[in-house]
Amino acid sequence: MASNEMKLLGAWPSPFVLRARIALNIKSVEYEFMEENVLVTKSDLLLKSNPVYKKIPVLIHGERPICESLIIVQYVDEVWASGPAILPSDPYDRAVARFWAVYLDDKWFPSLTAILMSDGEEAKKTALEQAIQGLDLLEEAFTKCSKGQNFFGGDKIGYLDIALGSFLGWVRVIQIMANVSLIDESKTPNLFKWAQDFSGHDAVKDVLPETDKLVEFSKFLVAKVKGSGTK
Amino acid sequence: MAEELNVLRTWSSPWGLRVVYALKMKGLEYETILEDLKNKSDLLLEHNPVYKKIPVLVHNGKPICESLVILEYIDDTWKQCPLLPQDPYERAMARFWAKFGDDKLLPSIRSGFYTRGKEQEEGVATAIGNLKFIEKLLKGKKFFGGDTIGYLDLAFGWMANVISIMEEIAEIKLIDAETFPLISAWINNFSTHPMIKDLWPPRDRMIEKYKAIREPYLRKEA
Repeated sequence: MASNEMKLLGAWPSPFVLRARIALNIKSVEYEFMEENVLVTKSDLLLKSNPVYKKIPVLIHGERPICESLIIVQYVDEVWASGPAILPSDPYDRAVARFWAVYLDDKWFPSLTAILMSDGEEAKKTALEQAIQGLDLLEEAFTKCSKGQNFFGGDKIGYLDIALGSFLGWVRVIQIMANVSLIDESKTPNLFKWAQDFSGHDAVKDVLPETDKLVEFSKFLVAKVKGSGTK
Repeated sequence: MAEELNVLRTWSSPWGLRVVYALKMKGLEYETILEDLKNKSDLLLEHNPVYKKIPVLVHNGKPICESLVILEYIDDTWKQCPLLPQDPYERAMARFWAKFGDDKLLPSIRSGFYTRGKEQEEGVATAIGNLKFIEKLLKGKKFFGGDTIGYLDLAFGWMANVISIMEEIAEIKLIDAETFPLISAWINNFSTHPMIKDLWPPRDRMIEKYKAIREPYLRKEA
């Protein structure tokens, strides 16, 4: 493999893979997308490239694998430093973006998936409340980060846009499947508008999975997870 | 302008130590504000409303939360004595392993600490498997950062700080000098480093603290 060849091991439904794809698109980097059917089997290349977690996404740059979606996004930003910046330039703004991205992965996304996956109405209700509280925090964060412009990154999409925006497909799925409103035009008007702007962005629109395809996939996923009795 | 740096932390938290060690490495003056986590200050609640946790770095009145985010902020703001490597791939690796330490290695070590019997054996085995990844990282190096302490050394500081205490209390062996010669040497080099040892929490207090933390888990099992 040439030292500058790029491969991305991923799967179309994964929001984490989507982050890597958007970052690569922003920098206009060409890469080979290798679809993994991780629910069925993991390829030898995946197991070799990510022996620690055996998960997608994995970016393989030349011979070297980089794992974990947010780490991949930062790597892409740093290697293609001459392209449009993904992380803000100001250290404090960078810290704020990083803080919220960590919050999304550690706290918010688990409550989002719990709306679909947890057993019993009480558990789902609690998960929903937590997810909505998180969105209220993000609505407030948007005002501070965007500084009056369309995205968390200002006039262009940046790190936190990618971190949160990658979950939009799943937000829509959960709104449909659980019959709830998450990003609500009246309650979180900034996020509502932002979601539309993000989804229509050139770096995003061709890689964002279609909602109805994701709904079908989610039915399969829920059945598999609940059927096997494991989380 | 004179920089005002405050660190909200506790006397023992390894996450708080990450921050003060980073500031020391950069030669920066700061004030420690010690928090009692059973009685959190208004300042902490104001500066970290999302998690209400330490550490928080307050720089000229602006709070930054989450210890690894704080390390990156410190490195972005003050360019002397870089904590992260310059090369993007090496930076990605440092970030990856720091996260592995927090997300996988520490929980596996805790699972050996908070349990007994078969569950403890399994926890210890998992932890040792995870430690083998870390041992490989130190090949040919004194510190994870190379010749000097860097981001990953600070991220792994909790290993030097806490593992031997857990081993003593729970009567388990995780870092055996024969199986893990490099980690063993690193623990010694790190904990005796002049920048590090002055802020090292006293061992007897740590033992008391961790015994108390372990108590309720053992009572649950009985």
